[in-house]
Amino acid sequence: MSPRIVVELADVSKRFPSGPLVLDRLSVEASAGDFISLIGPSGCGKSTLLRLIAGLTAPTTGQVAVECEAGADPLSSLAFVFQEPTLLPWLTVAANVEAPLRIRGVPAAQRAELSQHALELVKLSDKAAAYPRQLSGGQKMRVSLARALALSPRILLLDEPFGALDELTREHLNEELLAIRQQQAFTAFFVTHSVSEAVFLSNRILVLSANPGRIHTEVIVDLPYPRTAEVRQSRDYLDTVAQTSQLLRSIEQPAA
Amino acid sequence: MQLRWSTILLPACAGVFLLLLWQGIHLALSEDYRFLLPTPGAVVSALFEHAGPLGRAALNTTYGALLGFGLAIAVSIACAVLLSLSPLIRASLYPFLMILQMTPVIVVAPILVLWVGAGLKSVIVITFLICFFPLVVNTTQGLISTDRNLVELFQMWRASKLQQLVLLRAPSALPYFFTGLRIAATLAPIGALVGDYTAGSSAGDGGGLGFQAIIYSSQAKYPALFATAAITCVLGFLFVAVVIFLSWLTLRRWHDSIERTDV
Repeated sequence: MSPRIVVELADVSKRFPSGPLVLDRLSVEASAGDFISLIGPSGCGKSTLLRLIAGLTAPTTGQVAVECEAGADPLSSLAFVFQEPTLLPWLTVAANVEAPLRIRGVPAAQRAELSQHALELVKLSDKAAAYPRQLSGGQKMRVSLARALALSPRILLLDEPFGALDELTREHLNEELLAIRQQQAFTAFFVTHSVSEAVFLSNRILVLSANPGRIHTEVIVDLPYPRTAEVRQSRDYLDTVAQTSQLLRSIEQPAA
Repeated sequence: MQLRWSTILLPACAGVFLLLLWQGIHLALSEDYRFLLPTPGAVVSALFEHAGPLGRAALNTTYGALLGFGLAIAVSIACAVLLSLSPLIRASLYPFLMILQMTPVIVVAPILVLWVGAGLKSVIVITFLICFFPLVVNTTQGLISTDRNLVELFQMWRASKLQQLVLLRAPSALPYFFTGLRIAATLAPIGALVGDYTAGSSAGDGGGLGFQAIIYSSQAKYPALFATAAITCVLGFLFVAVVIFLSWLTLRRWHDSIERTDV
């Protein structure tokens, strides 16, 4: 794996107008292929960090750099998945996946091909003609993921995408997400509240502390990819989860 | 849109009961006062007797109501798009929309007669004035109530303002628009009628139901007056029914309101 840096945050601080300091001089470098989970107490600025990378908000000080082809829009290499599925309810599943492609002016034939492929990746090909309200929560999330994947992003930003789902669905989707990553090599930033989810998915976990948000510790997860459901029974996995949970508790305690 | 037996049978039974009650009240009145409440039968025969002038008047009123309604839809959509652009524009213009709504038609009518003359034009403008407010308010609300996450997604996709309006804001405003449209549809025939009553003209057979009501009441043709009221009622129902059907057609596949609505 080449150590090519695809996202670089240098000394980034964020303060919202007339608000507290959300992020305090934070520096992160993400190499191509990294799967970085962001975890920490609420108010530690995890989501703000994603929004900074996505360009949805600007840093108060510091630099955010996202790799892209010379002269290209850095946003074109990014895709974002929100906690809610945020689908367009008046469009079919396929049309939802195609929506960003349509806005970017991709021709119809190519759009159909890309959305079909993306829906295959998330195992929802049979729901292409359905409307979002006919889907379960997990299926909607899959469509949201397919919509992001159809853009072939170099960097995938996920803001607690599976937070509202039940445990079993969440575990399935975690496994699928990793399987998809075998086919579509993207660098991921993943915000979550679940330590086990973070350990299962990531090679790096940034544990953030709150008020103001800082990187408290970086946990390196040394489990080899591809990871399957069995990994959850392994000694190394369980140890890492235990250690990370303890770490997180030690941060959250003073606030409580 | 499910039709259950109760949605047809219950109103039908209630209708029959009310007709019987009506007939009963008529019979209970002393002979001298029965003219105050003509029987259902008398109203129906008046309907046939005056079919010619009533039909023509109903067509004229429908025509005026449709044109005023259509004008209100077109102008309110344009205004709503303008108002949705910025809170500053809304803050500046909302008071004037209120003023437009608060000014009674009775006062506006003579001014309109002065400006555009009595007749169809005045009827259209008055219908427009009555329908405009609920349409513009609801549509504007719809255009500015777009899910924030979706707006951010569109920003990330680098959607232009126009793409955002056409592909996101307009479709998500549709349920609001139809709410306004439904209110306006109930008001359109009333607007045309009031317009006709206050600023109508019978020149060249151009009179509508409002005008017909004036004639029948001055000639003491009370069954015909009741028949006029009945036609107005049916006209209002037709307007609302068409709007409900259109809204069902547009929203049925994706909007939750449809499955729950039994109106």
